[in-house]
Order: sequence, then structure tokens, then C-alpha cells
Amino acid sequence: MSTTRPPFPFSAIVGQQDVCRALLATAVDPLIGGILIFGDRGTGKSTAVRALARLLPPMKAVEGCVYNCDPDSERMCDACRSRDKRKTVTISVPVVDLPLGATEDRVVGALDLESALTRGEKVLEPGLLARANRGFLYIDEVNLLEDHIVDLLLDVAASGENVIEREGLSVRHPARFVLIGSGNPEEGELRPQLLDRFGLSVDVSTPRDLKQRVEIVRRREAYERDPGGFSTQWHGKDVALRRKVVRARGLVREVDLSDEVLELASRLCMELGTDGLRGELTLTRTARAFAALDGARVVTAKHVRAAAVPALRHRLRRDPLDDTGSDVRIERVLADVFEG
Amino acid sequence: MIAPDMAEDMRWADACLAAALIAIAPGLCGGAVVSAQAGPVRDNWLAGLQALYGEARPVRRLPVNAAPQRILGGLDLAATLKAGHPVMQRGLLSEADGGVLVAAMAERMPVSLAAQIGGVLDTHQLIAERDGLQIRSGTRFDLVALDESLEDEPGVPGALAERLCFKVSLDGVSLADSRDWPVTPDDVAAARKRLAQVRLSDEVCEALCSAGLALGVHSARAAVMAGRVARLHAALCGNTVTDKDDAEAALRLVLLPRATQVPEIEVDADDQPPEAEEPPPPEQDQSRADGAGDNEDQQQPDLSQLADILVEAAKALLPADLMAKAAAAKAARQRAGEAGRAGAMQKASTRGRPTGTRKGELQPGVRLNVVETLRAAAPWQPLRRRQREQAGGEAAANRIEVRKQDIRINRFQQHGETTAIFVVDASGSSALNRLAEAKGAVELLLADCYVRRDQVALIAFRGQGAELVLPPTRSLVRAKRCLTGLSGGGGTPLANALEAAALLADGERRRGRTPVLVVLTDGQANVTRDGGHGRAQARADAQEAARRIRMAGLTGLLLDISPRPSAAAAELAKAMGALHVPLPRADAAKVSDLVRTVTGAPAPARAG
Repeated sequence: MSTTRPPFPFSAIVGQQDVCRALLATAVDPLIGGILIFGDRGTGKSTAVRALARLLPPMKAVEGCVYNCDPDSERMCDACRSRDKRKTVTISVPVVDLPLGATEDRVVGALDLESALTRGEKVLEPGLLARANRGFLYIDEVNLLEDHIVDLLLDVAASGENVIEREGLSVRHPARFVLIGSGNPEEGELRPQLLDRFGLSVDVSTPRDLKQRVEIVRRREAYERDPGGFSTQWHGKDVALRRKVVRARGLVREVDLSDEVLELASRLCMELGTDGLRGELTLTRTARAFAALDGARVVTAKHVRAAAVPALRHRLRRDPLDDTGSDVRIERVLADVFEG
Repeated sequence: MIAPDMAEDMRWADACLAAALIAIAPGLCGGAVVSAQAGPVRDNWLAGLQALYGEARPVRRLPVNAAPQRILGGLDLAATLKAGHPVMQRGLLSEADGGVLVAAMAERMPVSLAAQIGGVLDTHQLIAERDGLQIRSGTRFDLVALDESLEDEPGVPGALAERLCFKVSLDGVSLADSRDWPVTPDDVAAARKRLAQVRLSDEVCEALCSAGLALGVHSARAAVMAGRVARLHAALCGNTVTDKDDAEAALRLVLLPRATQVPEIEVDADDQPPEAEEPPPPEQDQSRADGAGDNEDQQQPDLSQLADILVEAAKALLPADLMAKAAAAKAARQRAGEAGRAGAMQKASTRGRPTGTRKGELQPGVRLNVVETLRAAAPWQPLRRRQREQAGGEAAANRIEVRKQDIRINRFQQHGETTAIFVVDASGSSALNRLAEAKGAVELLLADCYVRRDQVALIAFRGQGAELVLPPTRSLVRAKRCLTGLSGGGGTPLANALEAAALLADGERRRGRTPVLVVLTDGQANVTRDGGHGRAQARADAQEAARRIRMAGLTGLLLDISPRPSAAAAELAKAMGALHVPLPRADAAKVSDLVRTVTGAPAPARAG
């Protein structure tokens, strides 16, 4: 009865520039870290994330490796390292869903029951973290995730490595992924430690503009009537966007970051009183990715400005008695730093 | 013409219409929230929906206490042990594919499960990772969320309600009416064939979008749903292009129940419709409510003005609706604690959120985690088999030897979640000041306690009664939204406030949380329980309410905010069994520190 339909095309998403730009930036430079997308219901948060999977350019991996090891990298799992000959295959970038209610054994990996029961062998059955290596790990309603799973994620996201010590197994494997979380702030806040693991934070709201809303309804209707046809119709634009990402990836390491721009970024962080260096690092990385996406070879103040809100808004000290939102505070400082 | 009590009259017709529209395209609408108490009317509606849906389609019931394994699917233990390799068992969500899933008492569904089902409704894909299995199955169903909540209780979780097109209310529908079913399965079958050709006209699309904006329906999903419902309605009416009637049906069924504001009225704008004395008599053309195929001879209005017409229609329908809600909420608040709601109390050792497993012994009341137990036993199997052989026992190859030390039991987290219920005196002259402090304290507490997952609620009382300004929440965002615009002044209905607080505390207890009452008052009650005046009676009423709180065994804290410690407040605190703390100039930080002391929460290192 139910057939899987192609996801809603990325380029057909109306009026969510901030989210789309942030997603593209992390596709260009995964080191930016994850993205937290917070907003009201019905704003198309998960639509954007699911659409991303189709947009990403494919990547090379070692054939038969459960961790999608990169054949050209030093960081490989033990199995790949010990192989004499590694065959390379092209696979699509994994975008792995971490559903609520997932049990610990499925997330980190556990003893494979079948081989243990029938053959008495200790074999690891890799979990979600293994599958997400070199890709994206998506958690919808991230603020409802059970605490013990959050603890696991915090540890792995920080070290880039998953260490499994259970049931007599002792395995470690690379687990580097871009964490994407989405949620509705009305359901509850996020733990500060987890908040910190996200490189960027984007606040989404639905467009209040009539024309945009009409366009949303129209495109959604067209998609629902004929998902396949609609996808084909937008395929060209998706491909163009993918090319842009590929080009930006090549460019991002060469983009020039002048001392003035660096200084600007530091001043911004200082004025805002963000905790730690992570904010500054993310800010410059994101600005670089934005520049690369624009095809620019030099990061300008414009790129820093565009990156400031998503990179810093969740790193401000919160003062519960101050009603001013983070965005407003950042805008204020931005105006000071740039014009003052 | 629509009579003022039109909302009542059309309830059943609209409910049938919603059922018909759901049945036309199974899986397209997501389903409906049906608010009604259990009874024959609701059963009739469900039976009618099923009849329209067709016999061949599955109908599954999702009971409130269903185990995750039954809902999402999981390991079929018997089959797994027999086969020697993991065998999966389908869950209700997969079984309902192509049909209807009826969720009983959906208002009590845990938010995380609601979010998960919501995801399935969005993607038509069930994704779960549990019992050592990866579960991926395409499934598409309509969810009927039965909502039995009373008006002042939280309803169906938002993550779910948002994704269901319709909100059907069957309250007040008579049994006689509910025997009438205006749409036949043949109508539905004909509409099903027609649907592929039905086009959403530009005018209707635009009109629905702008009506949605005017009503404060911000979700883009709601706009998409309205368009969808207009198309379904057109198909049901035998048209291939949507027109005014379809737009009105979509407005009534999808947008109005989601309205958060009354569209702006040019002359004498009324900001608070719930307080309006009487609904303005709506004068407006009745659209066909039965949804059957007969097209009345109606003058087709200029479609370009459709948006305006819709907004007008919304205005006419809305105040009555909001009025009804406000009245019902008030009535429900005054109803004293009716006990006996099903599924209320559960055994403590098996509730709370599961937080993994631990080694343990099998005792009554603990839950065995079979998969983890098997995992623990697995590595030892060859050894144990050999041991058994050596001991002279028969060693069957397919038998699994589980020893006591393998037993793994589920661990549940239930470290006392608390709900701090603030009861704030908003009466009199210094009310504004006090309110500001209480607001500050609530926000401070919330800012600290999201780590501990505690909740905060606020009841303000002034004038004639008490109002639940902030229902229990742990969301700072929501708290801020609710607390802005809280006003003060008027008399002091202390008795009402204490009663409301006790009721709320009772509800929180049933949800497994520990309520703590924090009352900010000077104890000078001057409005009686029934809203009358008279200081002596008011005080006696307050005393009685306070005693009831003590009898219920609620933990309390009374912050005396009069300039000098007052005898009235001390007396009240004694009656309540609460700690009496004179605090003439309560500042937010002090209040939140005190609450933390009472609840036993550690004080945070406040960043300067």
C-alpha cells in the first residue's frame, strides 16, 4: 500500500533561507559542527533536513566497511587498516535518523545476538553511530531525547570516536558526523552541554507573507499529487545547487581570511561575552563556508555578519530576567562593531 | 441562516463531513482529534467512519498503556528463540497501514510517543531502533486521536494535533442526531475517483492563506491542510475546481479550530473576545454542511473577494466558539476534584522514563529486559553447554542457558520531578510589583531547572476569581509568552485561588510529579468563595481551602508579602501546613532560592 516517495526537493523549499544556508554551509565544511533548528510546528524543519540527503554529492568509501571509511584518510577503522587491498566504492552520504525511543544498544552498537546465540561468536552489531560516520545524524524533537542517550551522544560528538565496552566486547571505531537536531522550544529547553555541541543554531518561523504562503501551499499540493514528477521538475535546480556545494568544497580551504576580518570576529565575540573559543572558531569557519558558497575567494565583513547570528546566538550567557532575545542582542552588537 | 448556537447544530454534520473527507483519500488528511467523552455518540461516529472507509481496511486500536514493542514493533521472543535468529514482530503502527489507528485517551499520550507517531504521519515511514532491531517500514494511516480531556486540562500533545487535519467535537450532540449519517459510502467512492482531477483554484488557495494569517494560524502545515481539505470537499460535491463552499468548509474544519486570534475588526476592536458579553449574532449565508452532492442554487460571489468573505465568516463564527470554550473552562475549574479517571495512578517502580538496564534480580514489580538478558547470556553458551554435558545433563543445542547473573532489568528514572505551582496575589495596589517578582522568580527557576526537568506553573488571583496563567511547563519560551501582559488590581479571592491550586496539584500528582505550592499573599482575603463580598466570610472560606490543602498532604510555602508580618498570613500558613516566610520585599532571586530549598533542589552557581 505504501510506497516510498522521493523527498520534497531542497530547491523547492520556500522562505527558509536561514536553515537552507546553514545546512549548505555544513555540507561544505562538516567541521563547523552540527545545526540546531528550533522553531514552531509546521515550519518545514524536517522537510529541509530530509531534502538535504538527496542534494549531497556522493562520496568515496572503502567497500564493505560498515563505518563508511574514507580510503584517502588516515582515520580508518581497524578492519580497514588491516586490509591489504582496499576497493573503493562511491556511496551517497548517509543521513541517519535517530528516532526517539531508540535503545542504547542500537545507538552505540552491541553484541550481535544471532551469531552469539547460534555460533557462540562475539561479533559487534554496529549501531546508528557507525552508520552515521562521515555523514549526518538527524534527531527530530531533539529536546525530547532521553537523557541517557544524550549523554552518549555528547561523548561521541566531542571525541569523534565511539568506544563500545559492553557484553565482553571492546571495540572502538570512528564516528564523525554532523549532528542535526530540530525541535519546538515549547516542548522544553535543551541541556546546555548538548546545546554547545551544535555549531550553528537557527531559529525558524513560518513566513507571514501571503505570497510566500500561497507558494508553499501550491508547491506542496503539486508535490503530493505527483511526488515523482515534482522531483523531476526540480531536479535541474537541485543539481545546480549540488554543483555549488562541490565547487565550494574545493574552494573553502583556499578562501582567504584576512587579519582584519579575524579581528572583527574576535571583537564581536568579546563584545557579546560568548563563553570559550568555540564560538569564535565556528564563526570564522561558517563565514569561510558562506564565502565559498558565494564563490568568493576572500572572506568579507558581510560573510561574518551573516554567520554571526547562527554561530553565536546559542552561546550567549542567558539572563532570564532580560527579555531581549539573543538575536536582538547580537544585532545590537553587530551594529556597534560594524558601524562604530 | 445561522442561528447563534449554530456551532452546536452543525457539530454532528461537520463531524460527518470530516469523516467523509478522511475516507476519500486514506492517509492524506492524517486524521482527526475527536474530543468527546466515551459514549454511544462517539462510537457511532467511529462506526460511520469505518463504514465510509470500507471493510477491507484495517482498524487498529492503540490503548493508552500499550507497550512500545506493540506500538512500534520489536522482537518476537518466542519465534526468535525457536528460530535461533532474531524474528521481528510488527507493531500497531505498521499493522494500521492503509487503515485507521484509533488512539484512546490520546491526551495522556507521552509527548515522545506523540512526536514519533507525528514523524510517521509526515514521512509515511516508521523508523525505530529497538530490541536490537532496525525497524523500517512504510506505513500510511489516518489517526483518530480520542481526546477526553476536560477543558482546563492539556489536550492531545501538540506534535500530534498539529498533523491531524480535523478537530471534531462531539460534545452536546444528541444520540438521536448521531444516528443520522448524511454521507453514503457511494458518495465517498465517487469522490475518490474524482479527486485526481480536482484542482485547487488560485482564488481559494489565496483566500485560505490570507484567512489563516488573519486568524493567527501560523503553521504552514495548516495552510497546506486547508488547501487539501478544500480539494477533498470539492471532490465530494462533484466539482473539479474548488469554489467558495469548499473554501468555507476548509475554513470551518481546519482553520477555525486552530485560530489564535480574532481577525481585526475595524470599528470598536474587542481585544478580549472571551470576556465579551454576548456573541454578535452572526448573519451569514449557510453553506451546505451535510456535504452531500446536492448543489444549492446559490449566487456565486465574485471570487476575488473570497478572502474578505472568509474573514467575515470567520469573525461571525469565532466569538461564539471562543465564548463556549471560556465558559466551559470556567465550569470545569469550579468542578471540585472528580476522582476516578482511568489510567491515573500506576505503580511507581515501573513508571518514569526508561534509562537503560542494569544487572538485577527478578522480583515482582521489575521489568525484565529480555534482549539485554539474552545478550548477557550469549557469550557463555558454548561453555555452559559443555558444563552441562560434563555434569551429565542432556545438552540440547537449541536450548539457551540463562543463569541468574545474566538477568538484566529495565531501569526507570523517577527522581522526583517537581512542579512548583506559584499562586500569586495580583489584587490591590502593590500587585504589579509582586507580579513582576513572581514572574522573575518563575523565569529564574525555569532557567535553572531545565536540567532537572522540573516544571513551573502560575496561578494569579484578583477580582472575582483565580486564573491559571501558566499551565505546568518547563519551557522558558512558553512561560515568557504567557506571563507578559499579566495584569493586576481588584479584590482578593484567596479561597478560589487555593482551591484552583489544590486541583492543579492533584493533577500533577497523578502525572507522577511532586507538586509544591508557593503562595505569595498577605492573607487578606476579601472575596468569598462564590464571588461575593464580606471579609469575615472570605477569610473563613480561605481557611477552609487552606485546611484542605494540608489534608491533601501538599508541600507548601507561604511568602508573606505584606509590609509587616501579618497575623492573617501566619494563620493561613498554619492552616495550610505550610512554611510561613515573611518577605516584605520579595525579590525574584530570593523567592527562587527559597523554592529550591523546599523542593530540595541544589542551588545553582549563578553566573554573574
